[in-house]
Amino acid sequence: MVDQIRRMGGGVSQILEQIHGFARRCLFRVISMGPLPTHLAFIMDGNRRYAKKRGLKDGSGHKAGFSALMSMLQYCYELGIKYVTIYAFSIDNFRRKPEEVQSLMDLLLEKIKSLLDKESIVHEYGIRVYFIGNLALLSDQVRAAAEEVMEATAKNSRVVLLVCVAYNSTDEIVQAVKRSCMNKLVKHSEGGDRDIERIQLVDVEENMQMSVAPEPDILIRSSGETRLSNFLLWQTGNSQLFSPDALWPEIGLRHLVWAILNFQRSHSYLEKMKKQL
Amino acid sequence: MEVVPSSQLYYTVCLLSLHNHHNFLINQFHKRMISLRVPAPSSFNLQRLNSQALERRWRLGRDCFLSFSPSCVENRIGLGVRSTKSEMAPFTAAEEETLPEGLQPELMPKHVAVIMDGNGRWAKIQGLQPWDGHRAGVEALREIVELCGKWGIQVLTVFAFSTDNWIRPKIEIDFLLSLFERTLKSELETLAKNNVRISIIGDSSKLPKSLLEVINEVEEVTKNNTRLQLIVAVGYSGKYDVLQACRGIAQRVKDGEIDVEEIDEGLIEQELETNVTEFPYPDLLIRTSGELRVSNFLLWQLAYTELFFAQELWPDFGRNGFVEALMSFQQRQRRFGGRKS
Repeated sequence: MVDQIRRMGGGVSQILEQIHGFARRCLFRVISMGPLPTHLAFIMDGNRRYAKKRGLKDGSGHKAGFSALMSMLQYCYELGIKYVTIYAFSIDNFRRKPEEVQSLMDLLLEKIKSLLDKESIVHEYGIRVYFIGNLALLSDQVRAAAEEVMEATAKNSRVVLLVCVAYNSTDEIVQAVKRSCMNKLVKHSEGGDRDIERIQLVDVEENMQMSVAPEPDILIRSSGETRLSNFLLWQTGNSQLFSPDALWPEIGLRHLVWAILNFQRSHSYLEKMKKQL
Repeated sequence: MEVVPSSQLYYTVCLLSLHNHHNFLINQFHKRMISLRVPAPSSFNLQRLNSQALERRWRLGRDCFLSFSPSCVENRIGLGVRSTKSEMAPFTAAEEETLPEGLQPELMPKHVAVIMDGNGRWAKIQGLQPWDGHRAGVEALREIVELCGKWGIQVLTVFAFSTDNWIRPKIEIDFLLSLFERTLKSELETLAKNNVRISIIGDSSKLPKSLLEVINEVEEVTKNNTRLQLIVAVGYSGKYDVLQACRGIAQRVKDGEIDVEEIDEGLIEQELETNVTEFPYPDLLIRTSGELRVSNFLLWQLAYTELFFAQELWPDFGRNGFVEALMSFQQRQRRFGGRKS
């Protein structure tokens, strides 16, 4: 008898989930009538403020943020957006208190390892994961786990997730400049290229770590702050910027839908400009 | 119940027509969603038309009309558009305007950057020609420069002409560059009197010779001024700036001056064109006309800049819009990646 009730309760929540999923799919069907972005970037700001607001203890803001991230990824991939980039940890964040940095690193390690599980979102959607940033600044454990995930998902090709860890856009540009200079030096010493100073835009761009993905169409920063904070400065020159007031753990489907509708409104004008260029 | 083949066909036809009708309905619904103009949940500010702005617009419109006839252009000194603010009287420190209420002097940004967007659209709404929009834009710029000088902002960077703008029709480009040349010539005296230093950044290879000469002269005459530095970006884009810095560094590496391993952020910063100023990184970037993009203006320098998007078009963005932007800036919490506790 108790089992029957339990099964019924489980059945009700299952039905609700199915209704939600159905409504969401209908909504996505409507949105897909217009042009969809290929690449979405997220700055996941506001986890600590959320924890403070809810009176939770310090680390739980980031945990709530992680589950918000998982649902956003699910919506994006269901909608058919191929590339998603997230700003997980900046080089500037190393300046925070050591305990906070350590707890963030522990959470990062735990979640990276969970990506390798059979039931994880990676296998459900066939995600290829890249870790972008100055990985040398991370601890050996985290770096090894990240490299393992990159290798394990290298064969997936349906959708791509780029996680920016220990990342700064200025640092990325410096590394790209170094590599372009080194390439030119090598060519010069081999007697091939005579003009080392004529480094072209393509030389720098192909040496960027983010060259594995096209430029983001929309950059969404939660918590209402309108700044880039050294994220994808090179790539967001022509991206639509959107900054909802919701803190990252509070972000939901409605913000994503609104961002995409705004993108669709200005899309035709931007395409015209791109063709002219 | 047995299903007869003909009824199967009937059901298929019904389903197909329903599907088409279904698609049509979805399309209609999508069009409705796109046309929703509810302001998005964000911290952007909305347009406010007050009587002052309306009056100024009318005056500008009237003057634009008067200036359009060729005979008037010759007789006028400087620009065709005349407004009460044309003659910028020299001001001394004693006459410095106090900050409007709500703004705190210690929280004023040192460097403000502006993308002056919306001249063309403004002219269209007013029923004027596009060049009148640009002229009105210069007037608006004059007002902002004056305010920056009075309120202690030390650097003002304006995006006058981007590398992407070269695709505009030739007649418009020629007009813009000649407008720029005329403005520089006519305003040189006023700016020198007001202790304003002008610097021009950008790719000067495509600019006409006469303009380059005027630029050199203006930069030379004003190079020792200290009150306000006005940086005008002409033929500029953020990527171009980083690329030319990269080339400069590559040349230094080739000459053996530095090693490849020594390339770091400080080195790139030195080579960027914004090294003409002590404060190369803007604290606040304002973009008018409601577009939510940076459009490749100041790439490297915008790493920690607060962005402010105004709904007004540039000719309407006067003192009121500027005060709004500054108030929004002063309320922001800038953490630079660390923790505010």
